[in-house]
Amino acid sequence: MIIEGGIVYDPINGVLGEEMDVSIEDGRVVEESRDGEKIDARGMLVLPGGVDAHAHIAGAKVNTGRIMRPEDGRRGTEARTKLLRPSTGYTVPNCYAIGYRYARLGYTTAFEAATPILEARHTHEELEEIPIVDKGALTLFGNNWEVLECVRDGDLDKLAAFLAWGLRASRGYGVKVVNPGGGEAWGYGGNVKGIDDPVPNFDVTAREIIRYLMRANEALRLPHSVHLHTNNLGKPGNYETTLATLRAVEDIASSRDRQVLHVTHMQFSAYGGTGWRDFESKAPEIADYFNRHEQFTMDMGQLIFGSATTMTADAPLEYGNARLLKAKWSNHDIELEESSGVVPLVYGRKNPINAIQWAIGLELALLTEDPWQMIMTTDHPNGGPFVNYPEVVALLMSRAKREEELATLHDLASKRSSLPSIEREMDWNDIAIVTRAGPARILGLAEKGHLGVGADGDVSIYDINPEKVDPSKEHEEVKAALAGAKYAIKGGEVVVRDGEVVAVPQGRTYWVDASVPEDAAARVKADLVEKFAKYYSIQMSNYMVQDAYVTRPRVIRAGVI
Amino acid sequence: MIIEDVLCPFCGCLCDDIKVEVEEGRIVGVKRACRLGSSKIRGHERIRAPMVRRDGELFETTYDEAYDRAARILKGAKRPLLYGWCSTVCETAKKGILLAEVVGGVIDSTATVCHGPSIIGIEEKGLSGSTLGQVKNRADLIIFWGANPVEAHPRHTMRYSSNSTGMFTPEGRRGRKVIVVDVRKTRTAKNADKFILIRPGTDYEVISALRMIVKGKGDLIPETVAGVDKADLEETAGMMKAAKFGSILFGLGMTHSRGRYKNVDNALSLVADLNGFTKFVVMAMRGHYNVAGFGQVCAWETGYPMAVDLSRGAPYFNPGETAACDLLGRRETDAMMVVAADPASNFPRETVEAMAEIPVIQVDPFPNPTTFLADVVIPTAVCGIEAEGTAYRMDGLSLRMKKVIDSGLPTDEEVVENILDRVRRLADDN
Repeated sequence: MIIEGGIVYDPINGVLGEEMDVSIEDGRVVEESRDGEKIDARGMLVLPGGVDAHAHIAGAKVNTGRIMRPEDGRRGTEARTKLLRPSTGYTVPNCYAIGYRYARLGYTTAFEAATPILEARHTHEELEEIPIVDKGALTLFGNNWEVLECVRDGDLDKLAAFLAWGLRASRGYGVKVVNPGGGEAWGYGGNVKGIDDPVPNFDVTAREIIRYLMRANEALRLPHSVHLHTNNLGKPGNYETTLATLRAVEDIASSRDRQVLHVTHMQFSAYGGTGWRDFESKAPEIADYFNRHEQFTMDMGQLIFGSATTMTADAPLEYGNARLLKAKWSNHDIELEESSGVVPLVYGRKNPINAIQWAIGLELALLTEDPWQMIMTTDHPNGGPFVNYPEVVALLMSRAKREEELATLHDLASKRSSLPSIEREMDWNDIAIVTRAGPARILGLAEKGHLGVGADGDVSIYDINPEKVDPSKEHEEVKAALAGAKYAIKGGEVVVRDGEVVAVPQGRTYWVDASVPEDAAARVKADLVEKFAKYYSIQMSNYMVQDAYVTRPRVIRAGVI
Repeated sequence: MIIEDVLCPFCGCLCDDIKVEVEEGRIVGVKRACRLGSSKIRGHERIRAPMVRRDGELFETTYDEAYDRAARILKGAKRPLLYGWCSTVCETAKKGILLAEVVGGVIDSTATVCHGPSIIGIEEKGLSGSTLGQVKNRADLIIFWGANPVEAHPRHTMRYSSNSTGMFTPEGRRGRKVIVVDVRKTRTAKNADKFILIRPGTDYEVISALRMIVKGKGDLIPETVAGVDKADLEETAGMMKAAKFGSILFGLGMTHSRGRYKNVDNALSLVADLNGFTKFVVMAMRGHYNVAGFGQVCAWETGYPMAVDLSRGAPYFNPGETAACDLLGRRETDAMMVVAADPASNFPRETVEAMAEIPVIQVDPFPNPTTFLADVVIPTAVCGIEAEGTAYRMDGLSLRMKKVIDSGLPTDEEVVENILDRVRRLADDN
């Protein structure tokens, strides 16, 4: 296949809006293609396939959201066709809708952000049903008893061996840490108040958990860094916890050519104020810190007005949301491992808190100077559904659009944030980084996010001419063009044409198999045998995700030997 | 040969520690299972061969003819109902949903006459729950409400709840308080520290009274509520608030008495209220070993957990209109496929009469009263014994069931797939 004459942005390979051909053969980008299929992309924007590094798309809490929200299911209903299964849902779409909608946006890779090991089988059952995109799942470790005990005992080797085992058991891709220590405390209805608050019954702190997990992650040379949801997330004044967390790990070095820590959906962790009354943005302080510390990355967690379904392993946060909003509340604690919660809500333009939150996400993205440090997400469906990515891109590219939106919001959005004064408008190269190259590099996916020879043949083509359209002024054209790709190509196959899905291949699932020394693995196994005998409610032999649940694996090797 | 850690294909406990002894392809011993599970694993009367009904009588036939008849029935129907799915694996449910899409049918599970009201309650309020291991490790107060696990889920109390031991519950039963709320003194109630006898159909009132006391409005409560003394309710509310980790485990006594999903809504609200004082969780005691799994699969595939009408090509969910009994009660269904369930035993009489008037396809390893109504009967391998696959425990935890022996019979999944293939071929012919 040859994609001819498009205007290509491929930041990893230093291509900045050049008119050039892209050739694909056997699913990968090649120097020159011999076969005849040609796609005319003249006058169109050509990007690597989009990569979503953080979205809640599969597993127990996503399905809990569907089950408790039939009213959401009714939004976004599309009938089946000869090719497609039916679609339902807006914030919690069914599996088929997830795949089709990503493809229509030109996204070809999406990672589920949080799965407990014990329930990873369920996560993979859903990932298998999501068509088209390649995917993976990050595994939760921040409240696991084995982790807490290794940290308490200062046993880094055993901790690393347990991470390797947990990734294999869950067929997981990376180490996710959510409100470390808080999930364990929630087992008795408590929480931790900061990084130095002791975790009940385990005599460790979040500071120690995060540091040890980062050191173990780097000892294993995992493709992705630790992926952190901070303590105190969602609370006024939490920017101090966020900055304290980052300062606590400044001395830890990355083992690979990537960040040493990814702080996720930063919008929810960049709040000032002593309560909701004096709630304000502290995005400038966070961005300033990132501008001085290149070893850290973050994603936006941009808020989208309208319906959302919040879902997170941060169960005490969800309980707080439900109390505050008098909303439906689901909670699910997972023995020895995690807790979690789901709360539907509506973000309102005239709600002062929501309006400030909206501004914070954009401030973070625009004030962080290096786009490689700051990638685009809505923390789907927490900030809002991923189908709104074109809206976010338009906001990042146009100050005029931001001003138009600000005019419709509660005026505290302008008074309690710096957004009105921010002039920066991202260009297409920035957008290619924050939606493709950046997430691929942050996840450590070598064959994603670029169009160099050997890259996966994942390409998105949009019917918009970057040389003619001025995104600053013509932001509506930008949004419209990105909402339905002219073509989306996955592994060299056209999957979307003129905004419609035309082919439904099955994507692959990434997971990381890390090797560890035998003695450390044996010590972990001895611990686990005891835990299954005494505490788990299932047998150890039935715990690990079986091969039957990952039918098209892409295994990435890592480890210490 | 002894096969370890086999999953039991009986109740929602989905015990995964069963030892099965196999000799020459036959099961000769079962250890650790309860008598209900053991009986199913050891095996009992089976449907011997595929059958089709001619002139009112069932005659043995080939699988091919049975598939063909089934496909023609479904293809020719205007409003087919695909029902059951509780005693089979999730892989079957996936194929069943696709078949329902292709024939433009309605798909529903046994939850519709079981914990369907619980699901509707969850739609109203959400559910504060946990895995069973969390109860095992932490709960110091367990309330069985309208549930009788000693008889319906025999190993539940030892493995997961009142009599189990865990990290913070080393004393097991002695370190816990157990309350049973029911309309009669069950065997489970005999193991309780406190038994509250309520009049049938008064769950809602009793829960409301407890909510009021918990929230400090006890002075508004009369001296008795639904036959229960106020002092008993106050003591119960006090025990709830004093618990470090409380749990309400409810059964069909709550979901199928007057008030139904409103009872569940109220119980879920009580638990949400209690979380303002202490840690509390609530869980439905699901009956069949994988009825929870169908709800999960149906939710991720269609967006809804049961009672999904696919006749318009897009999923439509409206229990009260689209559930199995609704369709049969209105005489709307003109063909029914029953997979791994027995509606003839469990449905209201009027709906069973409606079943008798229409062609019924049964896919099941075992004969049951539905067989007497069926026009096509297709025997299958027993999931979890003769076929592997996924099942979801009552707390939503998924596990992989093992194949222990080979029956030579097609699996439920294969049967549904074969019928689907033939339906598609019939569509192509037209």
